[in-house]
Amino acid sequence: MKMHNVKHHLTDQLLMAYSAGSLPEAFNLIVAAHVSMCDECRAQLASFDSVGGALLDGTDSEPVSQDCFAETMRLISSGALRPEKRSPARGDAASILPAPVREYVGGDVDKVKWKPIGMGVKQAILPTSKDATARLLYIPAGAAVPDHGHRGMELTLVLQGAFVDETDRFARGDIEIADEDLTHTPVADIGEDCICLAATDAPLRFNKLIPRIAQPFFRI
Amino acid sequence: MKTKYDPTDWITHITRIREDKDQAAFAELFQYFAPRVKAFLMRSGADATLAEECTQEVMATLWQKAHLFDASRASVATWVFTIARNRKIDALRKQRRPEPEDLDWGPEDEPDQEDILSLQQESEQLGRAIAALPEKQRELIEKAYFGDLSHSEIAEQTGLPLGTIKSRIRLALDRLRHAMK
Repeated sequence: MKMHNVKHHLTDQLLMAYSAGSLPEAFNLIVAAHVSMCDECRAQLASFDSVGGALLDGTDSEPVSQDCFAETMRLISSGALRPEKRSPARGDAASILPAPVREYVGGDVDKVKWKPIGMGVKQAILPTSKDATARLLYIPAGAAVPDHGHRGMELTLVLQGAFVDETDRFARGDIEIADEDLTHTPVADIGEDCICLAATDAPLRFNKLIPRIAQPFFRI
Repeated sequence: MKTKYDPTDWITHITRIREDKDQAAFAELFQYFAPRVKAFLMRSGADATLAEECTQEVMATLWQKAHLFDASRASVATWVFTIARNRKIDALRKQRRPEPEDLDWGPEDEPDQEDILSLQQESEQLGRAIAALPEKQRELIEKAYFGDLSHSEIAEQTGLPLGTIKSRIRLALDRLRHAMK
């Protein structure tokens, strides 16, 4: 996948929560997708992982049972260990969806099962855990996104084309972080149909998730 | 009980595991990291039995994936942390964790020694910076990473107003950033 000149990045708060493993799956997906396209956020993420490593190193330890080591060796020799999956391989330069998204779709854009939601706009909900929702959006060139009522937090990552709203222009690789205070009408650029990945927190997680990710509270 | 050690030494341990299937090296690595991984998992909400089971899986993964460790990209502690974190999401939260695409790291097979050294030095520096944080700030960063708590939940646990927590974490990270300069 080609690298792009990304202007709109993830917040440190989101990167830190991704590193800590405390985000819902849909948000993990959009973070992984953006990092796949943005070397700056990839580097920043590595530094948050290092904080995790340093904390683990300095943490108080919890004694393990006497046969814990022997059990581990048995586990190794039994070959029963679930293989931990490797990072997905980079697609060829022509692929539109970053690898983590392709894993959910089962292929690139041609494999997406779109459903029309009006005004020519189509969406496909990706199978993630229920605490938040991830969807692909297809917005015809020049069309506006119908009001999709985001309460809470919404992240939108552009995968093809670009859109413009009251705040700025967002092109491939850019991520818009919108909270409930932002009322916006994204309009796809006239040049090309726009494909985005959007993640929203489900109503059930509304109150819990907001303080964690809606309010940017630090820049390291 | 914390034991002082030389982090570059863990790299040698991983090399011995990778090249010689050296059980003695693995036992030393295990002795140091397994109790820390177990503590991390218990603080994330696992009971002792589940934490112990997951710790065994994490440590077995280290053995199996020793050939994938790249000392120019992460310290051994960071690598262990990422494996333990992934296990936590899988076993405790029952979710998939999407990973970013792998980078093309170019044609060279052996990581550059200078890169390894500077990364290990930075990791040590970071460890010292975190250890030097005021107790309360360190606790909050630990909770954000280990406790699987949102900031509002931290507020409930510590009885601190949310604004205070945010500014403390910001302060802690500012201090870390300055310490790393």
